[in-house]
Amino acid sequence: MRILLDKFTKKFDDTVVINDMDLEIKDGELMALLGPSGCGKSTTLFSICGIYQCSGGRILFGDRDVSNVSSQQRNVGVVFQNYALYPHMSIYENIAFPLMVKKMDAAQIKKEVHAIAKLVHIGDLLERRPSQLSGGQQQRVALCRALVRRPDVLLLDEPLANLDAKLRLEMRSEIRRIQQETGITAILVTHDQVEAMSMCDRIALMDEGKVLQVTTPNDMYHNPQTDFVASFLGNPPIAFLEGEVAGNQVLLNGSQLKVALPSSIRQPDNGTKVRLGVRPELVGTDRGNAVAGRISFIETQGRENLYDLTLDNGAVLRSIQAVRSDISMGQTANWNIDTERVLVFDTNGQRLL
Amino acid sequence: MSNENSRNFKSWPVTIILTVFSLPILVMYLYLVVDTFTNTEPGSLIPNEFTFEHWRFLWETEPGRVSIWTATLNTLIFASVMTALVLSVSLTAGYALSRLNMPYRRFFLGGVLTLHAFPTVTLVIALFIVLQMVGLYNTLIGVIFIKAALMLPFGIWVMKGFYDTVPWEIEMAGVQDGASRFMVWHKLVLPQIKPGLIALGVFSFLEGWSEYVLPQIFTPDADVQVLSVYLASLIADDQNFDFNLFKSIGLFYIMPVIVLYLLFQNKLMNIYGGGSKG
Repeated sequence: MRILLDKFTKKFDDTVVINDMDLEIKDGELMALLGPSGCGKSTTLFSICGIYQCSGGRILFGDRDVSNVSSQQRNVGVVFQNYALYPHMSIYENIAFPLMVKKMDAAQIKKEVHAIAKLVHIGDLLERRPSQLSGGQQQRVALCRALVRRPDVLLLDEPLANLDAKLRLEMRSEIRRIQQETGITAILVTHDQVEAMSMCDRIALMDEGKVLQVTTPNDMYHNPQTDFVASFLGNPPIAFLEGEVAGNQVLLNGSQLKVALPSSIRQPDNGTKVRLGVRPELVGTDRGNAVAGRISFIETQGRENLYDLTLDNGAVLRSIQAVRSDISMGQTANWNIDTERVLVFDTNGQRLL
Repeated sequence: MSNENSRNFKSWPVTIILTVFSLPILVMYLYLVVDTFTNTEPGSLIPNEFTFEHWRFLWETEPGRVSIWTATLNTLIFASVMTALVLSVSLTAGYALSRLNMPYRRFFLGGVLTLHAFPTVTLVIALFIVLQMVGLYNTLIGVIFIKAALMLPFGIWVMKGFYDTVPWEIEMAGVQDGASRFMVWHKLVLPQIKPGLIALGVFSFLEGWSEYVLPQIFTPDADVQVLSVYLASLIADDQNFDFNLFKSIGLFYIMPVIVLYLLFQNKLMNIYGGGSKG
């Protein structure tokens, strides 16, 4: 079901947390609300499920305005960060609870619970108690319980935050699989850009109660509209170089180094101050223009190494390259920047195109 | 647990020291039991005859005195009705203070805490006047209300502590699953605070069972006497002084306490842990 936030506003007393937010989640889509902590993403989630009352604007499920509908009537499934399983009930009873509340008959409940448990691969755990399950299994149970009612929308609040690294990888693909198999519209709240990029159809990047950009993970990575968006996505993160436009080049501040502007952008006036966003994979390539610097840090990542290249003005470029034995700390290097793919921002952080 | 703990020190010195210090109390308890079944020559420590005569109060009532069974029934009614009152109010009030965003919440919290520390005896005269005015003086109902009211701050505070340990996400999950607030409380929250409920129930019952001052002041008459008052009137009577009878009734009086305590001792410890899971 399509979910629409229309000029949605949320205040706590006099503090405005979300102001005039517009966001559309398409039918069957997995949308990530991504942002740093305190950006209002969880507030938005809890307002969609009805735990918080909206202070202004509308929330629409399909064509139904649910802004003033109680949580119980909204038909939303929520998976909480700590799973919130009912500790005194067996897994079966946990999953059956939403159906029991609906006064569905026992045979039907049994059928539905077994069907959903099979889909989520916990069919053999139904007799256990939540405390007897691992984190990943509890997560699956929470998913089951949220899905068993066939909600209009599934809300996931940091579902992977309490899992260890290996389980996180596993559950990432599991949640995606289950979401796709059920075809449910889902919203995932996360502060982890890797999670958002790897699982979701689209990402809404939020900061300070505003949605900065809504697009596909791929597009957001390659075409961020602001430097904040650019810095939020990508691991290791993007590096910024400050400078002034001189012809079709940028003269870096406090340095004689020049970096060519991408030919695709509209040429800014000479003397315009700009920020160049350089992703680690653009440094140390075989084309573009070379900059000289000193290797100030090497981080082993296994297949690749991450090198920090400190320029003569103190700015640091990151470079991710296949492991090479010819480079050591403190050594100078002259590496190419693939300037055609460098992102250019003005001093307000807006992308120059 | 005791095995693991005793690994880094020897346990027998501790046992010996504790035994030595507990011995006087143990001897006293031993004599309490022994004396109720025996007679002892004056000046002797060793009993010389076995008898059930000290337990005669169970089947015969001395003239001018109320039957032990009436007093027991009164005590039972007093303790259990008071417990029921304390439980039902603490359960709901504790939830409200822990979860609901109600006006003057802080004021109520502070009030409960202050009343908890309030010495009962200072209220006696005022309560006496109130009971006289509403006509509940010398009735069990009256003293039940008073005892329950004085227990409530403690009960509410304890229950609030237990409610605080239930994560709010569980309630939110219940609401999302379509359950009403009442159903969430009843089906999801209540089962998790059950240890607290049991502990508070047993604790209130024991408090009621052993209460002396309030019934002595507010229900002194024979037909509404509770056991503690009955026992006190026995020792106050210097016409026929019977220490062994006094001991027997005393033993009769503490037996339910010991049984309850043995049954629920683990649960009672919860009350001081505030319900947190260890």
